[in-house]
Amino acid sequence: MKSKQGSKPVIRLVGVEKTLGGQPVLQGVNLEIPRGKITTVIGKSGGGKSVLLKHMIGLLKPDRGQVLVDEIDIARLGSRELNEVRKKFAMLFQSAALFDSLNVFENVAFPLREKTIMKEAEIERKVLEMLEAVGLTGMGHKFPAELSGGMRKRAGLARALVMGPEIILFDEPTTGLDPLLARTIHDLIVETQRKFGFTAVMVSHEIPEIFGISDYVAMLLDGVIVEMAPSEEFQRTRHPAVREFINVGPRTEVVTSGESRRPGTHA
Amino acid sequence: MVASAVAGFGRDTLWLVGEMGRMMVFLISTVAWMVRPPFRFLQVLKQIHFIGVKSLFVIVLTGAFTGMVLGLQGYYSLRKFGAEGWLGSAVALSIIRELGPVLSALMVTGRAGSAMTAEIGIMRITEQIDALDTMAVNPMQYLIAPKVLASVLIMPMLCSIFDLIGIYGGYLVGVELLGVSSGAYTSSLESSVEWKDVYGGFLKAISFGVIVSWVCTYKGYNTTMSAEGLGTATTEAVVLSSVLILIWDYFVTSVLM
Repeated sequence: MKSKQGSKPVIRLVGVEKTLGGQPVLQGVNLEIPRGKITTVIGKSGGGKSVLLKHMIGLLKPDRGQVLVDEIDIARLGSRELNEVRKKFAMLFQSAALFDSLNVFENVAFPLREKTIMKEAEIERKVLEMLEAVGLTGMGHKFPAELSGGMRKRAGLARALVMGPEIILFDEPTTGLDPLLARTIHDLIVETQRKFGFTAVMVSHEIPEIFGISDYVAMLLDGVIVEMAPSEEFQRTRHPAVREFINVGPRTEVVTSGESRRPGTHA
Repeated sequence: MVASAVAGFGRDTLWLVGEMGRMMVFLISTVAWMVRPPFRFLQVLKQIHFIGVKSLFVIVLTGAFTGMVLGLQGYYSLRKFGAEGWLGSAVALSIIRELGPVLSALMVTGRAGSAMTAEIGIMRITEQIDALDTMAVNPMQYLIAPKVLASVLIMPMLCSIFDLIGIYGGYLVGVELLGVSSGAYTSSLESSVEWKDVYGGFLKAISFGVIVSWVCTYKGYNTTMSAEGLGTATTEAVVLSSVLILIWDYFVTSVLM
């Protein structure tokens, strides 16, 4: 069955529109996410990238249009069917969203305990394996509050990986990290993607770093996808607005990351 | 100017009706998730510990002083009619019928309700609730339902502890301090407190348990994405559930009478 689906896009957005708090955020997004690749959506801060990502996993429902996961329109599903589809997914949130009341081990074990009937010994083996894969060996007993930003992202990634999802969504995985740490998180994403073979969808404004790690890049501008191409090709785009965005990348970066640190201005 | 005032009033009314509807839907879906497996006994136990055991101290303290002040007030009022022998009945009835359920609910609102709102609000702001959703774990079932269930189970117990301590507080002041006869205190209590009073008090406590947990979890769950949002949500939760407790108390009393 997998080989039959092989060439088809795993997620397809068709004419997705969304208005939040009176502001039109998405205005007819058409986007196809290729299976087994890393696809990055770039765009301005506050431009609706996170909103786009939340549509893919059904955290937000479109006002108009379709969100198709393996050709099933998830916007029309009831909560039970939606939960079935969500088993294919994992998401790494901007803030990592670890549960404060659980330590790192329990956080990573959480999906296994909730959604599988694995024995405790098996869970332990699996969790330790994941912690090792993200470089957190021996940190299982720590609580999220005791971890640095980078470590929290790693723990979040371990929790995302533990169920062996087909698709992982990354919501600005390197926001708030210094450039060196950002690179190690990027490398970790690529490394785990090669190892586990999941489809990765990432939203980011880390230009030009993301060109090196993404297979495909798409740009969200004024609520629509204006350009989507393989990474190499994308960098040679002729689209004037996209050219402007990626060429002044480093300087915009200073401005935008400063903005995103202000509370309440999530993208 | 009149037009804008009318428009404003209309807008507020619409919002209020909408908010009441949303709160009702929230409560109904909580109950729906409560009766659906998997049942989360451990979560309920944790919440019982948090809401019940950790509120014990403040309940005992307020219960004791409420009973004591009732003993004092009651004694001096009743003595005017030479009826200080009825002190036990006066203290017990006011505590069992009214003060026990209401004051213990207000104390739980302040101690556990505000903490519930803050906890859930922080989970909302830091996307932990979205994370539960993405892991196909329903946050209503995992987070909200255990709190509401625990609150409904524990409120009558806290209320009965409040009642006992309060009545004993009245005894301490009336009998030990002011010299009412111990037999009169207990026999007047025994002859005037009926099963209906006790049962009415418990009914109130159960419904207050619903109000506190419902309002406080709702406000936390719908916190807006900012630090002020969290502060506002906590304040609103405490004020709204306290007010609702008192209003609901009036209606239940008028029905029970």
